[in-house]
Amino acid sequence: MEEKNDVPDDTVQEPVLKHRIQVADGPDSEAENFDSLPSKLVVKDLCFFYGKHQVLFDNNIEIKENRVTAIIGPSGCGKSTHIRVYNRIYELYREQRATGEIIMDGSNLLSRSVDIMELRKNVGMIFQKPTPFPMTIYDNVAYGLRLHYRMSRSDLNDRVEKALHGAALWDEVKDNLNKSGLALSGGQQQRLCIARAIATEPDVILMDEPASALDPVATSKIEELIGILRKDYTICLVTHNMQQAARVSDYTAFFYEGHIIEFSLTRQLFTKPAKKQTEDYITGRFG
Amino acid sequence: MRAHLDRDLKNLKKEILLMGGMVEDVTSKAIRAFRERNIELAEEVMAGDDVIDNKELEVEDKVLKMLALHTPVANDLRYVISILKVNNDLERIGDLALHIADRAKYLAQHPPIALPARFDEMADLVLTSVRRSLQALVDQDAEMAFDIIITDDKIDSLHWETYRELLRRMTEGDEDIDLAFHTISMVRHLERIGDHAGNIAEDVYFMVEGEVIRHKVECGEREDN
Repeated sequence: MEEKNDVPDDTVQEPVLKHRIQVADGPDSEAENFDSLPSKLVVKDLCFFYGKHQVLFDNNIEIKENRVTAIIGPSGCGKSTHIRVYNRIYELYREQRATGEIIMDGSNLLSRSVDIMELRKNVGMIFQKPTPFPMTIYDNVAYGLRLHYRMSRSDLNDRVEKALHGAALWDEVKDNLNKSGLALSGGQQQRLCIARAIATEPDVILMDEPASALDPVATSKIEELIGILRKDYTICLVTHNMQQAARVSDYTAFFYEGHIIEFSLTRQLFTKPAKKQTEDYITGRFG
Repeated sequence: MRAHLDRDLKNLKKEILLMGGMVEDVTSKAIRAFRERNIELAEEVMAGDDVIDNKELEVEDKVLKMLALHTPVANDLRYVISILKVNNDLERIGDLALHIADRAKYLAQHPPIALPARFDEMADLVLTSVRRSLQALVDQDAEMAFDIIITDDKIDSLHWETYRELLRRMTEGDEDIDLAFHTISMVRHLERIGDHAGNIAEDVYFMVEGEVIRHKVECGEREDN
């Protein structure tokens, strides 16, 4: 409260809030900004089934371009399942199916006409455990490039170097590119996987608990990297670590039992969540 | 984890309310020392300031530990942050009570001057604001908090009325300049206590509603969205 040094007006007037701040249910609190940002993915009425068992229910969410969207929620709530639909990796397994729409650049990713190889080039994925291929560091990064493009050796070298720079790994491996990717530390292996994912210059990177198997130093590097990658890529991050979601993401969605309970600006969700369920989860009252 | 956080939140609440009680007590005694020209009571207030200062450090230490160990979020975060700020305001109220006691002691050692006409009203309002701000904290009552915030205008108004009266008496030669100055200074400290009670109320409002209303309340226009 400020001190007042001017002589007060004797007229009694009704005291009120001069500017009432409206804290709405979600990103609508900054409706102008949210709506003006381009959406990379628009998910409409997404449902998902393992055989007859439905695990996602009418998920609707907009993933904004060049933003980090975190997905949080208790185990088994459908976080990973949800992002696995974005690049249709679930199709590797029988009896799994998705309904609804995921619109990216005007086309529905769930449509049969979508080229799966092209889709997975555009929507890269990083898993919980680092998954380097049993080959050299160089070949790990070049793998996707060789698969998708025909390029000269020198162009390939440039792209590999660029990807390793992008994954903040170049300085650590530049003298050992012929060393096996499996010989790297866990944190380095995960950054190698990120380099492999960004080598093909995808639009979207899906990260499914990318740091949960790493020590705090390696985790910190991955989080820093997410902040850097955000400038060039749209990132969806599934995490159990709520502090991580709070640190690195712009938007956060809270999932529970296959439903999106709340989706809002991260800073809002972690300071004043709109739904009691969200508050109870993030404050550790259930989950 | 949650059980540990709940335990620490409970302890923190106990500590801040204990400190609130101490601050309320010294404020009340400082005003009484002035009204009753009671040197002994003024000295008692002055001697007790260290206890409040130490309690402030203790509460701050607990808050820092909670932030580091529990990284609270949502309502827990708002609670802990608000307590940190309330703690600071309570300590400042304690200091101002000490200043009032100091003036009261000085004035009690000199011939009495007539109390300004509305001094009692102002002092009662300030004390009530302090008490109610702590009550709002206990009850998590945003409505009461808002009411305290708007009461500050009334306190400011009484402060200026009192100031003008003392100034007039000084300029008309009816009052000893030195003693009137000390009284003006004392009244000023009282007004500042009202400001800090308002700050506490603002923090309580934030704690409950998640809305920062600092610098946003004023008399007159209404701009509800």
